[in-house]
Amino acid sequence: MTVQQISIFVENKSGTLLRVLELFKEARIQLIASTISDTVEYGIYRIICTEPVRALETLRQAGISADVSEVFAIELDNIPGRAADAVRMLSEAGIGISYLYSFLLAGKGILIFRTDNPDRTEGVIAERGLRALNDDSLRSLA
Amino acid sequence: MYLHPEFEKLTRSEIEALQLERLKRTVRQCMNTEFYRKRFAENHITPDDIRSLSDLSRIPFTTKQDLRDSYPFKMSAVPLSRVVRLHSSSGTTGTPTVILHTQKDLDEWANAVARCLYMVGLRPGDIFQNSSGYGMFTGGLGFQYGAERLGMLTVPAAAGNTKRQIKFITDFGTTALHAIPSYAGRLYEVMEEMGIDPRRDTHLHTLIIGAEPHSEEQRRRIEQMLGVKAYNSFGMSEMCGPGVAFECTEQNGLHIWEDYYIVEIVDPVTLEPVPEGEVGELVLTTINREAMPLLRYRTRDLTRILPGACPCGRCHLRLDRMKGRSDDMIILKGVNIFPIQIETVLMQFAELGNDYLITLTNEEANDLMTVEVELNAFSDDYRRLQSLTKEIARQLKDEILVTPVVRLVSKGSLPKQEGKAVRVRDLRKTLI
Repeated sequence: MTVQQISIFVENKSGTLLRVLELFKEARIQLIASTISDTVEYGIYRIICTEPVRALETLRQAGISADVSEVFAIELDNIPGRAADAVRMLSEAGIGISYLYSFLLAGKGILIFRTDNPDRTEGVIAERGLRALNDDSLRSLA
Repeated sequence: MYLHPEFEKLTRSEIEALQLERLKRTVRQCMNTEFYRKRFAENHITPDDIRSLSDLSRIPFTTKQDLRDSYPFKMSAVPLSRVVRLHSSSGTTGTPTVILHTQKDLDEWANAVARCLYMVGLRPGDIFQNSSGYGMFTGGLGFQYGAERLGMLTVPAAAGNTKRQIKFITDFGTTALHAIPSYAGRLYEVMEEMGIDPRRDTHLHTLIIGAEPHSEEQRRRIEQMLGVKAYNSFGMSEMCGPGVAFECTEQNGLHIWEDYYIVEIVDPVTLEPVPEGEVGELVLTTINREAMPLLRYRTRDLTRILPGACPCGRCHLRLDRMKGRSDDMIILKGVNIFPIQIETVLMQFAELGNDYLITLTNEEANDLMTVEVELNAFSDDYRRLQSLTKEIARQLKDEILVTPVVRLVSKGSLPKQEGKAVRVRDLRKTLI
């Protein structure tokens, strides 16, 4: 079970990020979470939002290089240490995490991540009883 | 198949016989011009010295500078009262130049363009739209008269206003379009924005592309995007304009009309003929022009003559696609590089868009080339983006022997103009 994440190619120059956010504003699509790190020339801006399909369409029409991908979303109880527990489960199964970001939503901790082995990750989630979210269940929290 | 079988079906020896006859006539005509009279006298040449085609090499080259120095009428071989048209270059890089035409010159020009268009299958009944600039730019009137001569309904849409251009294409049922290659890409982008599928919503089947050097990959892309056959056209204002050389349906080299021109390929530095089949500067002698004959004109265009016979049956020489201008050649760390070489490499990457920009800089006597390329397809993976830049740089190095810095930029962020695309910026400072 996964959620849709929008990835946007952004050049490191002023106004690029604003242009993307203005497009979301005009289209009235809300961000649930987003992350970008500093890079020399370009970065990947990753967004979880309320309407990923329409967001992608909007971005592409504006000539922005963007794609949609499936990432894992795990819901955790808002108790210290839960994130460590979840990541340990993945680590013990020999799964590598490509990137991860987290936030609190409606009193729940949410981990968003991509791994190098999606099949095994699905297996770990099922066997170890992690609560995975899909687009609908994530949206219902937001 | 042939619009002018009496010329298009000539054998090599028939072409050469016709050329000699016309060359002799042209040289005699040149004695009417102030410019050539003086030049012949300086070099102790008289028209009687030209007895074979090889005697042409005794005549000095004519250059762009000679045209500037003769501005406006010093190269006229007829009284001005017989001249009915002039085309002038913009002169942005110096004194403008002027080309003069008698009515017969204009007729022959239209015939040449009509022959080219007929050769690629266009016929009366086709609707021809010309997106060239009109006025002084010869691609406008040149194609207009040629397409009309062939008997096509000809739409002088002219340059720019892309949405109106597309409206004409759909409303009039345009079947053939003349556009420069970078504009063909632009048309497609705007069609996409307007929700028009060129394959489904237009009757376009033929595209004439020229004026800008472009690679085979770019042509295939244009053909695929617009659902057309695209034919390469070559012309230059000094030789009338369009209609000098044109691809046949084989799409393998451009037949240059040897009943109009004598072709030489020379080394741009030594000015000696290059060995057969090698790249050099194209030198042309007009042999079918009244008002302003030009002898051994250095075109600055780099090309080569393709060896062997063309399956289409025409014996008129085939020029390889233009390799750029001898003026456009980049010299980086002592290596000669043509932008078209870079384009050819870039077009092989499906992830990249059609535009690119080469910037040359230097720091502490070290030349640096940066190639900015537009990212078209994108995936959520830093490693893949990094390996893409590395792979582009590696393939460019193989082609041009210099390792450039490759930068991915987002779509639409490179400078784009309705006219010719900006491909090279040389920001190198003189370090003295």
